[in-house]
Amino acid sequence: MGNKDMHNEKLVTGQWDNALIDKQIGDIVLDPKRHTEAKVHPLLAKLMPPGMQSPWFVMFGIGFVFVNVLLLCITILVLTGIGVWGNNQPVGWGFDIINFVWWIGIGHAGTLISAVLLLLRQNWRNSINRFAEAMTIFAVMCAGMYPLLHTGRPWVAYWLMPYPNVMALWPQFRSPLVWDVFAVTTYMTVSVLFWYVGLIPDLATLRDRATNPIARTAFGMLALGWNGGARAWHRYNHASIMLAGLSAPLVLSVHSIVSFDFAMSIVPGWFTTIFPPYFVAGAVFAGFAMVIALAIPIRKWYRLEDFITMKHFDWMAKVMLATGLIVAFGYAMEVFYAWYSGQPYELALLNNRGNLAGAPYAWAFYALILFNVAIPAVLWFAKVRQNLTALFWVSMSISIGMWFERYVIIPISLTRDYLPSSYGYFTPTIIDFGMFFGTVGFFIFMMFLFIRYLPMINIFEMKELWHHMNHQESHDHEVATVGEKH
Amino acid sequence: MSSEFHSDSKAYGVVGSFVTPEALLAATQKASDAGYRKMEAYSPIPIEGLVDALKFDDNRLGWIVFGGGVAGILTGIALQVWTSTQAYAHNVGGKPLISWPMFFPVLYECTILFAAFGATFGMIALCGLPKPHQPIFNAESFARASQDRFVLCIEAEDALYEEKAVTQFLEDAGADSIESVMTTEGY
Repeated sequence: MGNKDMHNEKLVTGQWDNALIDKQIGDIVLDPKRHTEAKVHPLLAKLMPPGMQSPWFVMFGIGFVFVNVLLLCITILVLTGIGVWGNNQPVGWGFDIINFVWWIGIGHAGTLISAVLLLLRQNWRNSINRFAEAMTIFAVMCAGMYPLLHTGRPWVAYWLMPYPNVMALWPQFRSPLVWDVFAVTTYMTVSVLFWYVGLIPDLATLRDRATNPIARTAFGMLALGWNGGARAWHRYNHASIMLAGLSAPLVLSVHSIVSFDFAMSIVPGWFTTIFPPYFVAGAVFAGFAMVIALAIPIRKWYRLEDFITMKHFDWMAKVMLATGLIVAFGYAMEVFYAWYSGQPYELALLNNRGNLAGAPYAWAFYALILFNVAIPAVLWFAKVRQNLTALFWVSMSISIGMWFERYVIIPISLTRDYLPSSYGYFTPTIIDFGMFFGTVGFFIFMMFLFIRYLPMINIFEMKELWHHMNHQESHDHEVATVGEKH
Repeated sequence: MSSEFHSDSKAYGVVGSFVTPEALLAATQKASDAGYRKMEAYSPIPIEGLVDALKFDDNRLGWIVFGGGVAGILTGIALQVWTSTQAYAHNVGGKPLISWPMFFPVLYECTILFAAFGATFGMIALCGLPKPHQPIFNAESFARASQDRFVLCIEAEDALYEEKAVTQFLEDAGADSIESVMTTEGY
């Protein structure tokens, strides 16, 4: 709007045609050399074997190490029991539920970008949707691990699903925890379906471009024989708009249902009606932060500056700013209603959060305000939104802040509820941290595998966008002739 | 072209490839006006107006998704009402056995899940997929129809099909390259 920067005005910069778009995006998958083009810092390169001194190998390596940490922690957990976590009376929900909620929230940006922005016909989503949807799927995978392992006996986790069994047991459908099972499995399934449907035409492009017979066969099988016929496209467009319409309510419902885990209980600080909207806004806030934090380095390493432009970052930052304000409003309302209700337990909770001198967890509440409200306020300035280094660190701050939000909600309420005799303190163990960083590593590991083997930008949508942009330009020049065609 | 692989194959159609989506749209419109019906236009991007030129309209997918959604609602209701009143009827906190507000979230998720299955698998089935090899793949120019060429195939099954006339027609329509495609499908 007020921005005068010319480079900031376009969704795609540079000169492209269909073949060049295929080459630039599709060949990231087909040509392994694209993954070793970018070089890491010389000091870091000394640690890496020759031929692997690229960011892809470094990130994949870091991810791989932490996947092993995760596997080790899970092994210890399963062999010993969930007592290896810091969860203990009165805190039955510790890092596992904090991380579960945090990861589910991160996934929401992918669904918002792919579904809600599609319905709103925001074509700036085209270059980031594939990537964000992959992020959704991997984040939900990370999230799903925690409740499954928290059951203590993950090998019988299928008991969560309704099915006729010899124990004659059925789920208790009045429980928010059962709603969670349905919400999260539906979310995972629909996200995978939507992602796969979006991939089909690109897989066909890769099938037709691949020279390596293994790649050609693999992509050929995954593309299901997509031929790009007009009739197929017609149904395809119907299917994707309907999947978008179905996923859009999922954005709202999944995190609402996750928030019911808390809001349906009577624990002070949990029993609030503001939870569903403020969880959803927080989820989008955290999700966009993760998209930005991943997009900034990857865009640089794979020279995708022409497709993910400064305009994208500007708009993503504005979405973060808006959702951040909703979240901040939520915090303010929590404080206000605790005071306004006059309820002693709510007032005690307020004291437990805000009293720096007397409350053991006040540091977490102030960290939350710092990372989630104070630091993101710099996004009001256009200069910050245009500075990728600043934007990256603001996104990191939001990721940390959103983690603290869940930390504030869960241990603060659980350690001090109604009975002073059962007050306690939550101390996470090394296994808790190992699992948290393990899932972060798993997420990075999966993201970089995805970048290696599947097109991270939607090829056909970029071609379509490029075609429309050019058409628009020529349209401006030849308004008179175009109208006669139809 | 690649028909040399097959000893006894029949004609599938004549394929012309175009450089721009506009050229494909114009050629398809022309072919339709000339009376050709059994044809298909292949492109790397969806092109607005192409299905109208092919005189094709099919909104069955919407009904499939609707059917999926209804099936989801019914499944959600049946599952919860039957388990809470028959299979596992327990008094929980004095709530009625059918506490319908509490049944809403699962019902909602079931609806979305089944409708999404309908959209995905309905689309795949209506497109006749999975079918990893199709006769049109025998055309040399087809490999680029998923990349940067816009391809029109007038099929041999068309009532007006006559190889020379169709080839001439595509040439007049401005096709970049033209070839006849054979198929062994159906043998």
